[in-house]
Amino acid sequence: MAMKADEIERLIKEAFPDAVVKIDDLRGDGDHYAARVISKAFVGVPRVRQHQMVYSALKGRMGGELHALALQTETPK
Amino acid sequence: MNDTTTGNAVHDRIRQEIKDNSVVLFMKGTPAFPMCGFSAAVVQVLNNMGVQYKGIDVLTDPGLRQGIKEFSDWPTIPQLFVKGEFIGGCDIVREMQTSGELKTLFTDKGVATKAA
Repeated sequence: MAMKADEIERLIKEAFPDAVVKIDDLRGDGDHYAARVISKAFVGVPRVRQHQMVYSALKGRMGGELHALALQTETPK
Repeated sequence: MNDTTTGNAVHDRIRQEIKDNSVVLFMKGTPAFPMCGFSAAVVQVLNNMGVQYKGIDVLTDPGLRQGIKEFSDWPTIPQLFVKGEFIGGCDIVREMQTSGELKTLFTDKGVATKAA
């Protein structure tokens, strides 16, 4: 049921090529991650929609094999 | 949330709940006994703000557990609705509390909160 951090990063970067992605494995168990995603794609987009865009980049894994991904989305400064 | 088709009983029920109750939290467990850390975190935020809300346990209803994810196009539980509008899950609620946006949202929507 676990997913590797670099796989999460790869999927996010595939959907947001300009993104700065930082993944933390919170418990070292490959199941509880925190992700910070910074991308121009989020400019002017409501926060719920930003998170939906990232979930969609993860192609259905969120809520399934990926149990916990604390998500923080930002636009470049 | 853009789904306006009728005939889906679960979606109809969700629509009714978020229409009848100003603040609704779809969660794992109950406000008194949350069964997941993320649900517990949102319960704590709402309780601290003194907001009246209805907690709905999705664990007792597999159809609802799946249906709410489709309804709001959101893959995880908990999910917070205010005046019929999907606000977000645990991360967004916590972020909005920290920034003060959540308090503003409740005030704007006419939902009473405890004086800080």
